[in-house]
Amino acid sequence: MGRYLIRRLLQTVVILLVISAITFFLFWATPANPALLICGKDCNTETVAQVNATYGFDDPLIVQYGTYMQGLLSPGGRTIGSEGSERECPWPCFGESYQNGIPVWDSISDAFPATLWLATGAAVLWLFFGVMLGLIAALRKGKLIDKLSVGIALFGVSFPTIVFGYLLLFLFIVKLQWIPFPDTANAALFTVGPVKWLQFYILPWITLALVFAALYTRLTRANMIDTMNEDYIRTARAKGLSERTVVFKHGLRSALTPIVTIFGLDLGGLLGGAVITEQIFSITGLGKLAIDSVLGNDLPAIMGVVLFAAIFVVVANIVVDVLYAFIDPRVRLS
Amino acid sequence: MTESVATAATPARETGRPFLELKDLQVHFPTDDGLVKAVNGLSFTLERGKTLGIVGESGSGKSVSSLAIMGLHKGSRAKVGGEIWLDGAELVSMSVAEIRRLRGQQVAMIFQDPLSAMHPFYRVGDQLTEAYLVHNSVSKAVAKRRAIDLLDRVGIPAPNKRFDDYPHQFSGGMRQRAMIAMALMCDPALLIADEPTTALDVTVQAQILDLMMDLQKEFNSAIVIITHDLGVVAQMTQDVVVMYGGRVVEQGNVRDIFYRPEMPYTWGLLGSIPRVNRGGDHRLKSIRGTPPSLINLPKGCPFQPRCDYQEHVEGHSCVSELPELLQVDTGGHRVRCHIDHLQRERLFTEQIKPSL
Amino acid sequence: MTLGVTEAQSPEGGLPADHLAETAEAKQIEGRSLGQIAWARLKKDKIAIASAIIILLIIAVAVFAPLIVKLNGFPPDQFNKTNADGSPLLNTRDGGIPIGGLWGSGTSSEHWLGVEPQNGRDVFSRLVYGTRVSLLVALGGTIIAIVIGTVVGMVSGYFRGWVDTLLSRLMDIMLSFPSLLFVMALTPVIADRGQDLFGIPDDNKLRMGVLMFVLGFFGWAYLARIVRGQTLSLREREFVEAARSLGAGPGYVIFRQILPNLLPTLLVYTTLLIPSYITAEAALSFLGVGIKEPTSSWGRMIADASDWIESNPLYLFFPGLALFITVLAFNLLGDSVRDALDPRAGRG
Ligand SMILES: Nc1ncnc2c1ncn2[C@@H]1O[C@H](COP(=O)(O)OP(=O)(O)O)[C@@H](O)[C@H]1O
Ligand SMILES: [Mg+2]
Repeated sequence: MGRYLIRRLLQTVVILLVISAITFFLFWATPANPALLICGKDCNTETVAQVNATYGFDDPLIVQYGTYMQGLLSPGGRTIGSEGSERECPWPCFGESYQNGIPVWDSISDAFPATLWLATGAAVLWLFFGVMLGLIAALRKGKLIDKLSVGIALFGVSFPTIVFGYLLLFLFIVKLQWIPFPDTANAALFTVGPVKWLQFYILPWITLALVFAALYTRLTRANMIDTMNEDYIRTARAKGLSERTVVFKHGLRSALTPIVTIFGLDLGGLLGGAVITEQIFSITGLGKLAIDSVLGNDLPAIMGVVLFAAIFVVVANIVVDVLYAFIDPRVRLS
Repeated sequence: MTESVATAATPARETGRPFLELKDLQVHFPTDDGLVKAVNGLSFTLERGKTLGIVGESGSGKSVSSLAIMGLHKGSRAKVGGEIWLDGAELVSMSVAEIRRLRGQQVAMIFQDPLSAMHPFYRVGDQLTEAYLVHNSVSKAVAKRRAIDLLDRVGIPAPNKRFDDYPHQFSGGMRQRAMIAMALMCDPALLIADEPTTALDVTVQAQILDLMMDLQKEFNSAIVIITHDLGVVAQMTQDVVVMYGGRVVEQGNVRDIFYRPEMPYTWGLLGSIPRVNRGGDHRLKSIRGTPPSLINLPKGCPFQPRCDYQEHVEGHSCVSELPELLQVDTGGHRVRCHIDHLQRERLFTEQIKPSL
Repeated sequence: MTLGVTEAQSPEGGLPADHLAETAEAKQIEGRSLGQIAWARLKKDKIAIASAIIILLIIAVAVFAPLIVKLNGFPPDQFNKTNADGSPLLNTRDGGIPIGGLWGSGTSSEHWLGVEPQNGRDVFSRLVYGTRVSLLVALGGTIIAIVIGTVVGMVSGYFRGWVDTLLSRLMDIMLSFPSLLFVMALTPVIADRGQDLFGIPDDNKLRMGVLMFVLGFFGWAYLARIVRGQTLSLREREFVEAARSLGAGPGYVIFRQILPNLLPTLLVYTTLLIPSYITAEAALSFLGVGIKEPTSSWGRMIADASDWIESNPLYLFFPGLALFITVLAFNLLGDSVRDALDPRAGRG
């Protein structure tokens, strides 16, 4: 177990390094001249040369990558800027934004809480409704309630987030006016109070949760139906166990196991930013940071958000594997 | 042991019946592709302390019949007809709640494939005690002692330790033993064993069969053993039912089936038993052709397309007329075949027996 | 006649007749091929038929977009200021919102679904042309993902050894990418460099190509995993062994023997990918990194319309509905195809 964890962690580090390298070279190699992005309209030969010197754009790409990684790997961070205008960029240093000079890590840590709330709140919703609906459907297979759940789930997966989000926004904010237009872009629970906080997040939660809830409904239903056809369920019945024990002890345990995996990965993926939902409801989370950086050609910020998101995905992978080994005794970590 | 608990739950008894009696059992499954007629008119009786074998190729309806006795088709879309009398109670018409009290306790089952029949996520021991705890109000410790005791009896080494293992940590033979132990937890009066040894190698198979016979002597239980292995039948049973395409084609006591078989399908089964002293060109023969589709059962004899003896039929059509299951002689020996009884006897002694 | 038979039995036990019967049964089932069975099932499935018809209609709209737009006579990029009778179309004093029509959307007998605020472009024509972008990008991306995924998966599963190790790691890495973020970040970067990289200016033709490529490139890994697994087991099957022992090369085995057996999987995966890529294209264009002005795309229209959600909700409604119906139709058909190809369906 311990050795497995160490091996997995090492693997993770390697994967992250590869991702960082790919990301770095793709983004830094592609723009014709990053200096032009920074000085913008004021560019002339002189300013470009100055920018190049400040940011080290004259160095070979591999050196630039080394410098970048130093900021992430060495505990002391690194220094940015040429002689005379040097600044400390403490660990973890993702560089400075081209747009406003703010350290990327500061923007990320500012944006992360909103994404965290958004993703976890939605996760609770979709897990609860998805599993419940799927379970009911499976246990009443072929009945009206099953057909209804299957239908709802199919509509749910087919509802593009951009359509559903605006539908909710239009209905509840514009038309019915049950919820006021959000007057803040980043509602922290402790500063705005629970009512405003809920008002702020409820529609984004539902928007983000819909597709997942629909997918989980289908998944739970399919797993549960498969499980209930297993031989060991027949054995459980043959022992004379009550149907409740059969379903909830023997059936549910197997049916939910694969869902744990998928849930971990889905949540991990979202913690890196729920771009579309954040954009629709103007939430300044990581997704919004990402899209704004992309539209502003802000390479360090893009790179920072992508790497940060990748960390969640990769870590979620390990967590899920370890968790799985605890749930399923057949899996041995080796 | 805890014999007395069994009777408490048994509904009103009707005396004078055999311990287990199946009357014209039918099991049909409606599916998208059509009605699957898996069992059509299975009847037999069985007393305590005796063993009955059901033989037939796979797909002939053996497992489906045994599930019907356990009431395990209830709650599914299967249509079950006929009567099943167990110890004076009728099971086909019984509610799920009632039959649940009999399951595991009065009647227990050893399933075909022990790997898939045990829950992969729960410890073997817990799966054993679970069966005991639903029917007996005892502490977990008592149940555990009983489970370890039974694991020991079925020949699992170090049962104390093995109690905490998961099914995948057992070998195939050990899983089968654990399955048997699980079935015996409540001393069932009727034990149904669905191909209990098919997946096992010869030595383990012999041990398991011995074990079942020992336990039968001890508890005086009735056993229904399902197999497609006539060797097992010869060793274990007193009565035999031969099923083909969901129908009984021949039934009788074990001597009838082995020494006086009259149905060409039974001949085919006997001819395909491997054996040591079969010499010369008397080689292993398999029955040609394939089992019938259970959705479109042929109008005539189900075995007709594969039967090599149709030319001996007189006055009937094998293609369009289903032969009845008729008594021969005076015992319980019944055969479903259009060939004349004397002709069948002659064919067997002259053509079949010498080549066996 | 002796009956003491157990000692002579083969370890597998059982009757030979039984084994023969089993293989014969399997052959009988194969006799009516999975494809034929699936087709028969699909033809009976009303939902499948209905969604197939809707999809065909949508495809027809995409193909005949220029003809359809001729019907109402407004090219999708044309700025309209006045109605046919010369009356103004847009209220210039009120931010350019359409005059009249249902819910202030400017719907009329000329502009069936209304006009864009400010520019007065015809919404119907833009929707019709948006269909082209949606389907083209989704189809292109799907083809790329399926081709890469199938080839990588088959090569990985067939050759095993270090090739497999390498490709499997590659799949792991691809699956660890936060792909939406990546696609989002990469699309404009590549499109910006179109001139240098491909000698093509950054126009929407290039952008569509980039979208297809990027979507396909980030979508193949999962399929490759599935294909690899199936190839691993297929290559052990008798018919493959037989061909190999007769000297068939890897190319023959992979494309002639393994690929045909993967077709059901690929078909199912295709039906999953198309609607998800339609959604992805709309999302990217919505975010402003996909298709740009003046080409119309449903995602772009939704983004534009979101500014007018209070004064002109219908403008948002139409592209949303088009997107929803298209995705739903593909999903419904995909579901039916999956069920029809499922060998267990109809029994369990
Ligand atoms: N739940 C079911 N639905 C439809 N058909 C079934 C079902 N269970 C069994 N059958 C069919 O009934 C027939 C008899 O099966 P079974 O009793 O398992 O045969 P065996 O004699 O090998 O035990 C088979 O053709 C099988 O396909
Ligand atoms: Mg069976």
